[in-house]
Amino acid sequence: MDSILKIKNVNKNFGKISVLNDINIDIESGDFLVLVGPSGCGKSTLLNCIAGLEKINSGDVFIDNKNMSDVAPKDRDIAMVFQSYALYPTMTVEKNITFGMKVRGITEDVQKEKLKEVAKQLQIENLLKRKPGQLSGGQRQRVAMGRALVRNPKLFLFDEPLSNLDAKLRVEMRTEIKRLHYDLGASMVYVTHDQIEAMTLATKIVVMKDGFIQQIGTPAEIYNYPENIFVADFMGSPPMNLINATAIKEKNHYKINIKMEDGSIVSIKEKNKSKLPEDLLLGIRPENITETSLKNKQNCHMIRSKVDIIEPAGSDTFVVTKIGNTEVTARFNSETQVSIGSEIDFVVDLGKISYFDKLSGQRI
Amino acid sequence: MSNWLEKHLPKIVLGPSFLAIILFVYGFIAWTAWISFTRSRLMPKYDIDGFIQYQRLFDSPRWEVAIDNLFIFGFLFILISMILGLVIAIFLDQKIRIEGALRTIYLYPMALSLIVTGTAWKWILNPGLGLESVIKGWGFKDFTFDWVINPDFAIYTVVIAGVWQASGFVMALFLAGLRSVDQEIVKAAQVDGVPTFRIYTAIIIPSMAPIFLSAFIVLAHLAIKSFDLVIALTGGGPGYATDLPATYMYTMAFSRGDIGQAASSAIIMMIVVFAVVVPYLYSELRNKNDQ
Amino acid sequence: MINNINNTNYTNLLLRFLLYFILIVFVLYYLLPLFVMITTSLKSLEEIRTGSLVSLPRNITFEAWGTAWSSACTGIQCEGLRPFFWNSIFIAIPAVFISTLIGALNGYVVAQWRFRGANIIFALMLFGCFIPFQVILLPMARILGLMDLAGSITGLIFVHVIYGIGFTTLFFRNYYVNIPNELVKAAKIDGATFLRIFWSIFLPLSLPIIVVTVIWQFTQIWNDFLFGVSFSQAGTQPITVALNNIVNSTTGVKEYNVDMAAAIIAAMPTLIVYVFAGKYFIRGLTAGSVKG
Repeated sequence: MDSILKIKNVNKNFGKISVLNDINIDIESGDFLVLVGPSGCGKSTLLNCIAGLEKINSGDVFIDNKNMSDVAPKDRDIAMVFQSYALYPTMTVEKNITFGMKVRGITEDVQKEKLKEVAKQLQIENLLKRKPGQLSGGQRQRVAMGRALVRNPKLFLFDEPLSNLDAKLRVEMRTEIKRLHYDLGASMVYVTHDQIEAMTLATKIVVMKDGFIQQIGTPAEIYNYPENIFVADFMGSPPMNLINATAIKEKNHYKINIKMEDGSIVSIKEKNKSKLPEDLLLGIRPENITETSLKNKQNCHMIRSKVDIIEPAGSDTFVVTKIGNTEVTARFNSETQVSIGSEIDFVVDLGKISYFDKLSGQRI
Repeated sequence: MSNWLEKHLPKIVLGPSFLAIILFVYGFIAWTAWISFTRSRLMPKYDIDGFIQYQRLFDSPRWEVAIDNLFIFGFLFILISMILGLVIAIFLDQKIRIEGALRTIYLYPMALSLIVTGTAWKWILNPGLGLESVIKGWGFKDFTFDWVINPDFAIYTVVIAGVWQASGFVMALFLAGLRSVDQEIVKAAQVDGVPTFRIYTAIIIPSMAPIFLSAFIVLAHLAIKSFDLVIALTGGGPGYATDLPATYMYTMAFSRGDIGQAASSAIIMMIVVFAVVVPYLYSELRNKNDQ
Repeated sequence: MINNINNTNYTNLLLRFLLYFILIVFVLYYLLPLFVMITTSLKSLEEIRTGSLVSLPRNITFEAWGTAWSSACTGIQCEGLRPFFWNSIFIAIPAVFISTLIGALNGYVVAQWRFRGANIIFALMLFGCFIPFQVILLPMARILGLMDLAGSITGLIFVHVIYGIGFTTLFFRNYYVNIPNELVKAAKIDGATFLRIFWSIFLPLSLPIIVVTVIWQFTQIWNDFLFGVSFSQAGTQPITVALNNIVNSTTGVKEYNVDMAAAIIAAMPTLIVYVFAGKYFIRGLTAGSVKG
């Protein structure tokens, strides 16, 4: 287990405003770490701190077990790909890629060799004599990656590299980055606000908000066991449903009560929790609320409710209803026959329920 | 060592310029201000003596003429330049085919030294051989145009030459401003049947308020600094009828050897400039920082 | 716009005719002095006295030009404008070059290498552009004397550089501020130093603003009179001072044709620059004032 990046108790502030609070992250060689969160959560700032482009106020950053305080970006053995690619506009693609090597004093022969290697890998051989202004978005992205690859760094840093691309191109490039990661076995730190990118690319995700880490975990952990309502709501599209409920203690279990539109109460028996607050939120993902005609699962509960909206989305159909005074989205099969206004049974998979404290937002 | 250098290089690069500005702008202003409170004549004295220089200044009839002229010239120069500039800009905005050539012609005076401008207009306004004789030659035997040598009217010749020099620049500013108005609003007004004239007065001109301000600031600044033009056109005369604070200051400093007066008049000039420019700069810089 | 869709075609045509007419009248207004200068400079004194200001020369003679260039009197000397033309060249070229270079580096620092106080320094420099120079004439005269530069070409270069830095820094800073800072970050990671980044990345991008700055500075410095008349002496005066001396000399007969020829010679360099690079010149003017 070799740690490639260790961030220990890092704090950063801009004047009086605290932008990073007690950040602790550890990743190993070969990991693909994704920093994800809404704008302003501090993810780009953290990336810049790892790169040495910004100073940290307290704490340490270790790359390959070496303390990086007072180490300049160029000596950290890193490479970075920016959102706007930051290609040198007056230089050809060739010069863009070899600039760093030239500055570092690498001989021209070695430069040429590495250039050829990288150009072949990224299929940009025919673009070498062009200038950035003459390239398409996807081509520029590849050149930016080429510039990073040629460095053979310990750590690749990506700052929202796909945000400037159109949807189709974004999906293509995402796959390319994933393939690159697999081929090279390289360690990567990737910043994005797109939670789908985070889920598909990462081996480890860090969800951030307002300068604080909300949760660190694998994609599966983050998805299935979100630590708080923010993570539950932020990750997954459509987001996790959060339903208002009250917990009443019975003899050896809890009775979870959900108030319905017409005043009636739905009760669910919860045997697996020993302590629950009275006011809580019940979290359940849309794919865990299905139609009755589908599989007869164990551990389910049926809730009868009126269909408000139907959203056909190609491979699935999202059905929205009101449960517990909240708009709840369920994911049905695309061939479903339900109609708006009809009262039907929604099947809730009890094994996939998460409970959150209403006040603190924390997972219970 | 080289790491330290690299880290501080930006500051080191900006340093000399910063020091130069501190010394040669602010330091010098302070020195001049100091001298304006002393009894310095040919040589500077450094003992503060209160406001006597300013007293002498405002008691001086010549300074009074200079200040009056500044207001007359400043007011007319700015007003006429702005109106002329606006009118020409509006005309040029009408999709003229030869717009490029016209713009070049209207703007070239700005490329000239004010000495050249003054010299040219001095010749044109020459009573006897200039415009006066041309008009006389057209049959208006009694036409006189001797403003240049007439103490009461000479200052207006400076206005004429100044407007000629600066109105092209104002035109360019306004043209850019006119063009930056949202065309959709204009089209909507046209579809509504609003006459062209009203489109200009009610929609376009009001939206150009910041440009008017910019033009005003630049013109006011030019007016206060006017020195070259007066020297070339009238030499400050006849007598000191076309004196402006700038020429007054120069005379006191280099001809009369009265440094105290020169300093106090310079400080007054600076205060006037401040009063006009500082609020503008402050609001501009604030906008920039917000962006 | 005047072709208002609501007007009749006839009205539109009439308005358009009126429009062109007025614009041509203005053209005459702006061209009059130039026309008068040229024609007067080509006339003999005799013709000037007997003819009209606005008439074309009957017999074209370049005598006035010769006099203006090599024998007109600028005070005690009568060597024409030639030596002073060269004075202006020796003052303007170094001053333009140095102030532009310094402005570029300063603008680069302020726009891309924010450090605490950089903005305040910039604001102070910007403010310095607006002062009336009368307020520094006296102390500068003394300092030049102390530095043993009084009345010298070097002294004038020095003055023009000092007071040009504010504007040149402003121009470059406004230009560089629009270049994404990520370029600097990428270059830092690539290992480039502060100066290397300027040389390899920013400078190649700077041609448009260099042209604007050089034209602006050259025009300002060549056309300057105040610094010239305050800080030079008989042999080192720039061409504007010499021109004024020729025109306003009280001795002898007023040779209007020589005056005009001299004015044109003095105006030529900046006029030529304007004619060939006017586009950039205009951009330079409006960049300084509209955007602040």
